[in-house]
Amino acid sequence: MRPLTEEETKTMFEKLSKYIGENIKLLVDRPDGSYCFRLHNDRVYYMSEKILKLATNISRDKLVSVGTCFGKFTKTGKFRLHITALDFLAPYAKFKVWVKPGAEQSFLYGNHLLKSGLGRITENTNQYQGVVVYSMADVPLGFGVAAKSTQECRRVDPMSIVVFHQADVGEFIRSEDTLT
Amino acid sequence: MGRKLDPTNKVKRGPGRKARKQKGAETELAKFIPDEDTEPKRLSSRARKRAAKRTQSSKKPQDVTETQPKKGFTDENSKWLKPAKRKRKLGEPESEDDSDDEHWEEDEDEEEEEQLQPKKGRKEQKNKDAKLEVKKDEDDDDDDDDDDEDMVDDYGTLDDGSGDEDAEEESDGEDLLPIERAAKKDKKQKDVLPTESDDDDDEEEEEEDDDDDEEGEKSDADMDEEGTVQANIDEEETFKLPGAEEGIIPLDLKTIHQRIKDNIDVLCNFSSKREEGKARADYMSLLKQDLCTYYSYNDFLIEKLIDLFPLSELVDFLEANEIPRPVTIRTNTLKTRRRDLAQALINRGVNLDPLGKWSKVGLVIYDSSVPIGATPEYLAGHYMLQGASSFLPVMALSPQEGELVLDMSSAPGGKTTYIAQLMRNTGVIVANDANADRLKSVVGNIHRLGVTNTVVSNYDGRQFPKVMGGFDRVLLDAPCSGTGVIAKDPAVKTSKDEADINRSAHLQKELILSAIDSVNADSPSGGYLVYCTCSITVEENEWVVDYALKKRNVKLVPTGLDFGKEGFTRFRERRFHPSLKLTRRFYPHSHNMDGFFVAKLKKFSNVIPAAPTQKVPVCMNAPEAAVATDPPEKKPSESLKTKKTVPQQAGGLKQMSKANGTAVKKATNIQQKGKKDPSIGPKKAKIAKLDGAAAKGGNAKKPAAEKTDEIQASKAGKNKGSPFEKKKPKQRKTHMKAKKRMGKNKFRKLTNMLKKCEKK
Repeated sequence: MRPLTEEETKTMFEKLSKYIGENIKLLVDRPDGSYCFRLHNDRVYYMSEKILKLATNISRDKLVSVGTCFGKFTKTGKFRLHITALDFLAPYAKFKVWVKPGAEQSFLYGNHLLKSGLGRITENTNQYQGVVVYSMADVPLGFGVAAKSTQECRRVDPMSIVVFHQADVGEFIRSEDTLT
Repeated sequence: MGRKLDPTNKVKRGPGRKARKQKGAETELAKFIPDEDTEPKRLSSRARKRAAKRTQSSKKPQDVTETQPKKGFTDENSKWLKPAKRKRKLGEPESEDDSDDEHWEEDEDEEEEEQLQPKKGRKEQKNKDAKLEVKKDEDDDDDDDDDDEDMVDDYGTLDDGSGDEDAEEESDGEDLLPIERAAKKDKKQKDVLPTESDDDDDEEEEEEDDDDDEEGEKSDADMDEEGTVQANIDEEETFKLPGAEEGIIPLDLKTIHQRIKDNIDVLCNFSSKREEGKARADYMSLLKQDLCTYYSYNDFLIEKLIDLFPLSELVDFLEANEIPRPVTIRTNTLKTRRRDLAQALINRGVNLDPLGKWSKVGLVIYDSSVPIGATPEYLAGHYMLQGASSFLPVMALSPQEGELVLDMSSAPGGKTTYIAQLMRNTGVIVANDANADRLKSVVGNIHRLGVTNTVVSNYDGRQFPKVMGGFDRVLLDAPCSGTGVIAKDPAVKTSKDEADINRSAHLQKELILSAIDSVNADSPSGGYLVYCTCSITVEENEWVVDYALKKRNVKLVPTGLDFGKEGFTRFRERRFHPSLKLTRRFYPHSHNMDGFFVAKLKKFSNVIPAAPTQKVPVCMNAPEAAVATDPPEKKPSESLKTKKTVPQQAGGLKQMSKANGTAVKKATNIQQKGKKDPSIGPKKAKIAKLDGAAAKGGNAKKPAAEKTDEIQASKAGKNKGSPFEKKKPKQRKTHMKAKKRMGKNKFRKLTNMLKKCEKK
């Protein structure tokens, strides 16, 4: 477990800012104590300093997870957000998409979101903007990338994709093994 | 999303809920079907009239066969079924039993038929009977329960036949059904036993003869009741048979079930219901055998369970293990409230209820149109699938906000997340598990439920105090044999034996010590340890806790759970610390949750008490250890030996006396020497005095006496000097040899010698 290098921090923050924008500050400067990111087994964990101190007791090979896993660095050095980061993305998300109840299931099975399943969408969403996907009951279901801008969404036919799927909570079951 | 009901692998165990349900539905259907069949026939009076006109209706026998299963008699009591015929004569329309109605109806029909066709007469009747019998045979195959049907068939034919006595006799003589033949055979078998059953037979036959007699009917009624009563007794007698003859093994399950019931009935009222000359052990061994067969347990586990439960509860427990526990979920209060969750699930077509007064977060799922382990609410972490029993240890632990808590064997994370939810995501939880694969589900569940204060580690729990200590609270959900969750994992029924139990008990003892060592007794808010298992054996529960109480500075405190049964403070030959009644046991049959054990310990000092080394020989249950330490001490003290062995023999400690025997032999040899030696004289008197005190004290004081021996020995050693010292090793060698070889005869010889010595 080690702190992130400059480059890694930059890569990760760039990715995060696609979803939560400048709210990223709120993740680092929290009123309830200092929080930090740590790299362990190529994965980035977000935890409070208090937990961090305790976690140092545990040897590297025996440590499985600390705090919350945000995602992992791929072998090519890119950062990929995991669904486990949803708890911290959802409250700060700038652009949101709501899914109709009928399309919930489809999205949770890992499919892209079609126009027909689109319930609401934040105004002024640009194309390829990172969005967090909610159910109509405001339960966060996952996140993805807007395939069309809000304006375009109004015009396109019902079967066209409006949000590209990146992660959904179904992965907690589907890919439990690869989360850590 | 999807197929998995439960991400925690629980689903894989055992047959699915659906399979169980279907089976239940089948049996229920079976109950209903005969009713439906019979009802229209019984109720329609027109049909009866039409039937009267009909010449040869083939439907009636069906009625007979189908109504009779309700009687629920078994093969053995087929004799007592005969008296029931008289009901047909009574012809009471308001009789409650369906079958009675049937008989009456049928008889009427037959009479009518006879009136209509007086000329065809008996021949016709006879033919009909034969036909009916054939028909019934066919019916048998369709029905689900062979045993009942067999018996019923027998019954039916007799009924039909006795409508006309001549016809009955003829049918008796000529064409016997296979069942009838079997019944006869059975009769013959019973004739071997000189029992009342023969008398019954005779009586019944007589009663058959005076069928028309009204008084006979009354006595019949009595007989019928008697028959049921005697059926039990007869069962007793008949199930004595297999033990003696060893031949009637392939019994069907129904019979065995009945036998179990009867057997338990007898065992519960043993003095009044027992059969003369049969010991309780006979009944018990048969019961054990039957339970093993009926519930398919192995001998070992059944024995354990018999020890654990009173007989009346035992069957309840075994039955409860055949039924799955209700599916329960726990609301994740970090993300939602129970009311909101219940509403959301109800909207999805889930039928649920609050779990009980004792839990504010539990919900019971009765049925669901969607997979409960894959709803969007589940995936969003609003609830956790978790057995009701898993709530209990966490409630007992009652973690406080901001504490440092260790969950020693956390997979699959149900209890860990519950702890986190009670702590409102503050403080730190260390979730440990020895199995790396199972930790994946822990990580998954922690993240899904939005728990952020955990460190997940993959240590063996036994190493733990070395990794980190100073925890405010520790939860040890120890790995166990799983005898409490047989409903979930029926493999436990046959896969466990003594070694498995002992192995897990040993592991649990190691774990509980390391768990206690991880607790910080000086913690301002905590210093608690909760030990729980999903096993119900005493070896894995009370014994382990008792062991911990002896080894560490801990005490039991109330668990804070207001239900559940108290733990055992005594079990068979074992006696535990009286405070063990503060622990709680939960059983599937009494609490409708998995079998569980919860104990809450408070550590009151961080000092680990030093292991008392000198105490070892004091232990009564370690005679070998005592034996091993004794010989070298005893050899030097000559005269002591002879006297000391006497109280020991009286005490009946065979092993001790055996070991001493060898020493005695030498001692006698030496004693003669000692007599010659005048210098030992006064000392001997002193020793004798000491020894007398030791003898009075009996076995318990023996170690003390041995200490005096030691002192004396050292003195003797000083007196005698080096030659004696040299002798020592040699003596030990011979002693070992002798010990190995010693048989009963030798032992006797030695005791004789001893007596002689005493006389001298």
